[in-house]
Amino acid sequence: MSHAVPLETESPPAAVGVTRPIEWLGLVALLALVGAQLLGVLTSPPDRDMGHLQKIMYVHVPAAWNSFIAFFVVAICSLLYLWKGQERHDLLAASAAEVGTVFTALTLALGSIWGRPTWGVWWTWDPRLTSTAVLLLIFVGYLALRSFVEDADRRAQWSAAVGLLGALNVPIVYMSVKWWRTLHQMQSSPSTVDPEYVVGLRANGIAVLLVLVYFIMKRYRAARVERLAEQLEERAALEGRDHA
Amino acid sequence: MAFAQDLRRVRAIVWKDLTTERRSKAGFNSVAFLGVLILLLFGFALGPDAEALRDAAAGALWLAILFSGVLAFNRSYQLELDGGALEQLLLYPAPRWTIFAGKLAANLLFVLLVEAIVVPVAIILFQVKSTAGWLPAIGVMLLGTIGFVSLGTFYASMASRSRAREVLLPLLLFPMLIPVLLASAEASSSLLAGDPMRDAGAWVRLLAAFDVIFVVASFLAFDYVIEV
Repeated sequence: MSHAVPLETESPPAAVGVTRPIEWLGLVALLALVGAQLLGVLTSPPDRDMGHLQKIMYVHVPAAWNSFIAFFVVAICSLLYLWKGQERHDLLAASAAEVGTVFTALTLALGSIWGRPTWGVWWTWDPRLTSTAVLLLIFVGYLALRSFVEDADRRAQWSAAVGLLGALNVPIVYMSVKWWRTLHQMQSSPSTVDPEYVVGLRANGIAVLLVLVYFIMKRYRAARVERLAEQLEERAALEGRDHA
Repeated sequence: MAFAQDLRRVRAIVWKDLTTERRSKAGFNSVAFLGVLILLLFGFALGPDAEALRDAAAGALWLAILFSGVLAFNRSYQLELDGGALEQLLLYPAPRWTIFAGKLAANLLFVLLVEAIVVPVAIILFQVKSTAGWLPAIGVMLLGTIGFVSLGTFYASMASRSRAREVLLPLLLFPMLIPVLLASAEASSSLLAGDPMRDAGAWVRLLAAFDVIFVVASFLAFDYVIEV
């Protein structure tokens, strides 16, 4: 049997597609990030209390903002999948969850590095810190579920349900942890930081957003190719051929 | 009429699950024993200081319930899967929620029975005293258990049918249960001491809201999860 296997979805070249627009986006994101970091680091004066330690805000805060955007995408795509059952929503949710998990871990790590000299401890049981850690764990569970389920329909359906319930729990976790404890300083946002830091913070927020979109698109593309490989493998197994 | 029929189906599933459990007792005995064992281990880890034990009692009790109870949920589906019985159950011309409701009720009874053993042991081991009466604390216990069991039953319907189910269930379930753990432990410590800070009410409301939200959400999501 040497004839080409017809696929129900797109043929491999179309699915793998022309990668150029994404690579352009990646380049723009990289340049924006470098530019925004330089802007933030070079133009802002040292903070009265924290000195140059304040510069960590230009990565920590944008990473935190954008991880929330990523998890918002997961929730929306999960809902869309349960409603319409289209594979692309599932794959997009998975990609956003992966990138969101990385950004959340980055937020926690940077916060920890900043907290050691500022608060004197690497970790404190403060509400925002603790609920971010819980959010990370919820989505690590989501990714674990995906990796432990082989059947694609099952994986999509189940992870959509888990993603939605996880997103539903985020405000409840935050509220419960907040009642439990309080120490984090007001979160940094353009309305709470000194005007001298606003431009750098906004620029970095946008730059990291570009990075987020680039990562998600990249992972989405990879997920599509993986699905295609799975389908080819299934097809080959059904036809009793060895998969080369 | 139709609803009465659905309720009969729920009852049938509860009866079936509990009968299987009653006849073997293997599940119940080991889960209850594990709960007691975890309490003992906490006692050793925290040291014999009575004051420290009393302060940690509510948290330790809840962890013992979570860690032992979580073993029950996969079991309740595993028994179905072994004989291919889940497919038969799904073939019945009845709404899917009746299956979930049945499993949920059976698991709830199971965990409450485990608690009937574990809670008195915790009170004795950790020398818990109450200045304000036990009844409100029992109410909190019940609310916490409903949240725990509804999410546990829901996640087990997936985890039990995946690879690595033993580790997947706690990985999915425990992060979701952090509000339950916090609210139950805080509310019951505070109620046992006569609610000196007047904060128990807020925790109980949080717990009740959590229960309502996730009982509804897991009923809705179960339809999607069980059909594949």
